Amino acid sequence: MKTIKDIGIVGYGAYVPMYRIKNSDIARVWGNDPNRVPVKEKSVPGPDEDACTIACEAAKNSLLRASIDPTKLGAVWVGTESKPYAVKPTATIVAEVIGATPMLNAADWEFACKAGTEALQGALGYVGSGMAEYAMAIGVDTAQGQPADALEYTAAAGGSSMIVGPASESLATYEASCSFVTDTPDFWRRQYEHYPKHASRFTGMPAYFYHITNAAKKLCAEVNMEPNEFDYVILHQPNTKFPMAAAGMLGVSKEKIIPGLISPYIGNTYAGSAVLGLAAVFDVAKPGEKILCVSYGSGAGSDAFAFTMTDKISEVQGKAPNVKTYVGRRESIDYATYVRYREKIRM
Amino acid sequence: MRHMSVTERKSGCDDMEEVAIIGIGCTPVGEPWHKSLRNMAVESTWAAMDDAGVDQVDALILGNMSSGSFNEQESLGSLIADYAGLGNISAFKVEGACGSGGAAFKAGVMAVASGYHDLVCVNGIEKMTDVVGDNATKILANAADREYESIHGISFPGLNAMIMRRYLYDYNVKRDDLAAFPVNSHKNAVHNKNAMFRKEISADSVLNSPMVANPMTLMECAPICDGSASVILTTKERAKEFTDTPVIVKGCSVKVDTIGVHDRKTVTSMNATVTAAQDAYKQSGMQPSDIEAVELHDAFSIMGAIGLEDMGFVERGKAPRFAAEGQIGIGGKLPCCTFGGLKARGHPVGATGIYQIVEMCKNLRGEGVLDIERGLTHNIGGTGSTVSVSILGRD
Amino acid sequence: MSVPRHWRENVKRYRLLGTKCNSCGQLHYPERTVCPNCKSRELEQYKFKGRGKIYSYTIVWSPPEGYEFCKPYAAALIELEEGEIVTAQLTDCNFDDLEIGMLVELVIRKLFSYGESGIIVYGYKFRPLLPRSE
Repeated sequence: MKTIKDIGIVGYGAYVPMYRIKNSDIARVWGNDPNRVPVKEKSVPGPDEDACTIACEAAKNSLLRASIDPTKLGAVWVGTESKPYAVKPTATIVAEVIGATPMLNAADWEFACKAGTEALQGALGYVGSGMAEYAMAIGVDTAQGQPADALEYTAAAGGSSMIVGPASESLATYEASCSFVTDTPDFWRRQYEHYPKHASRFTGMPAYFYHITNAAKKLCAEVNMEPNEFDYVILHQPNTKFPMAAAGMLGVSKEKIIPGLISPYIGNTYAGSAVLGLAAVFDVAKPGEKILCVSYGSGAGSDAFAFTMTDKISEVQGKAPNVKTYVGRRESIDYATYVRYREKIRM
Repeated sequence: MRHMSVTERKSGCDDMEEVAIIGIGCTPVGEPWHKSLRNMAVESTWAAMDDAGVDQVDALILGNMSSGSFNEQESLGSLIADYAGLGNISAFKVEGACGSGGAAFKAGVMAVASGYHDLVCVNGIEKMTDVVGDNATKILANAADREYESIHGISFPGLNAMIMRRYLYDYNVKRDDLAAFPVNSHKNAVHNKNAMFRKEISADSVLNSPMVANPMTLMECAPICDGSASVILTTKERAKEFTDTPVIVKGCSVKVDTIGVHDRKTVTSMNATVTAAQDAYKQSGMQPSDIEAVELHDAFSIMGAIGLEDMGFVERGKAPRFAAEGQIGIGGKLPCCTFGGLKARGHPVGATGIYQIVEMCKNLRGEGVLDIERGLTHNIGGTGSTVSVSILGRD
Repeated sequence: MSVPRHWRENVKRYRLLGTKCNSCGQLHYPERTVCPNCKSRELEQYKFKGRGKIYSYTIVWSPPEGYEFCKPYAAALIELEEGEIVTAQLTDCNFDDLEIGMLVELVIRKLFSYGESGIIVYGYKFRPLLPRSE
């Protein structure tokens, strides 16, 4: 898919909460092998944090880099599956916090772990069609993992905000994007249920790998490049194994994946995952470098994007805390504190 | 429209009648589960009226902080006048947070001094235990700036702890010296049958008690409790008809400061105390050196220390040491909290100001622990947002 | 639960909006309609930057009802860069590291909520300043 106008990313910002719980501690509580765990540790939101507060900080960071008047945003869209209100958009709160109100569109988007790139796809279209000069897309989650379930090890918290605008102001220009979706029920949460459910091994080949590889291949065909020709490849990262295996399937070498792979340190930030990986790459990328970013959301589908870095990137990287700062800012908590902070105890 | 300049306006009792206290009464402070708000208010009203030898008053002024929140009851003027059997008199409530008693006292003094009413009962009443502990803390936080202090989960222990921390930082005092205030209050409460806590405590037990808000401990904070105290006022001239030992109101002032601690010019002094004290000294023609005892507002140990400095009794930064050296004890230079103060007699917030007046009257009438001629009471609302200072004398 | 009250204050809490007196230049947070310095009623909106340092602080162990979810928490008087002092909770901080003079920055957090079904009140807290490479 291409746009009518030349557009790109004019600002980006991230946020990860500071608390961490070690996977080995979770394993010990439930009688599993502490040495056989999917990631080292995962991020845990503090008791005063939620998807909205995380979105606010990521949004503010992206504005610091974009250096635009927030009232020029035509949309603030928040993609999440852990909205604080089932009915009342997180996006209106974020829009009010950053001073973008009232002349804009604000809404929350849902597509499991690809809700953030959903919103980004929409923002690219909104700006690319000329309907808005700028649009903000945020992917954020404070994912809840069912105690004792496999996903408890990785369900984490974090978010990232991307502001789309004119190519002339961009730190990364937009080349193309595509989306690939089917009705595949690999992971879901019914209305009023507190925790999601998943179909175990079915979440692999027919779900994650099928969609992510197809979206990647379709996009690469459109821009006439092989996946390994990109300088950085960011894939949705529910753990360490899946994105590395998908990279292998696409013929992408390890060193192109690693800069955008933060799940080993903070776990799976769900709708924040791919966009946080993208932010981590923006933190280190140089002018002229080519970026491929492919998300995955259960239910299921993938969005794929191709960007090219511009000279502007070096001017903006230092304007807000980078992903490494947030990842490195950590305080370990024990399982009991984690259960308290995640409100898993019925009071 | 011409605005009167400050110097043109009058303040105090220049060409008004002098006011006397002819009757005092109070309930024991504590957790009287069986007594309701109206029970306690009527009890202290009649105790004071009996003491004065009257069975009717012209006006009833209530001092109460938050009956609407603690007891879901407003209209206290009507309620108490009704249940005390006083008929269609003039009655209303005056509010100034924990300084409601002092503020109500000033309203009573003004009513008599101006000639508006002959016999006035001022009744301080608060029943805090009708709600649970942390709900009471939340209600008390209504006295702070709701939108810019209380909304952040900061109630009075927290605000006073921040004042205390800054005081320790600015003046380089020994933190442990502040324990002398609750120690003194408890010692003085032993003889007071109306006090909530009548046991002595040590400085060690104060400093090692659980932390409420760093660096302030539980034993440096006044308790949540119930109580009612009343006084009967008339003119000095008429007082002779009722008693041989009237107590004369020599000075009475209520001043406000900014509601939020964050808007103060300095957090380690309460300007409302400074100006109310200056006003009261001016009215009475007295100075700090003339005062023989102080009923200090020791809701928190730091408030007692800052109060002494604000009223000119001790130099800035020196009050904790003054207290630690025993100078606020019964035998000291300036006896304070002679019946236990807020910490040990108790602090039923809106009533406290009147308990202080009742206790000072006892000392001035020769019925207390001291035999003095001039005393001062100091009642704070919030973190110094409303302060009353009253000076009482034998003549 | 008071929806209108919180709605009325929310934008000021989100963006630290106070006022500036056009007569004497004094800045105010919270906002004013009458300047406490010169009584002027000519005031305009002023947005504070949200950076400052700790003027005093405490750690609350006995929170009022509704705030237990964060207990124990630090609270502080914060001297903003512009000179005004504001009251707020501190968050994301190690209690042992707190000291008067510490540099802090504004973040948006949950202040409290009216139970599981009532509205959530968001507002400012402050945390130790995070490094930026610029």
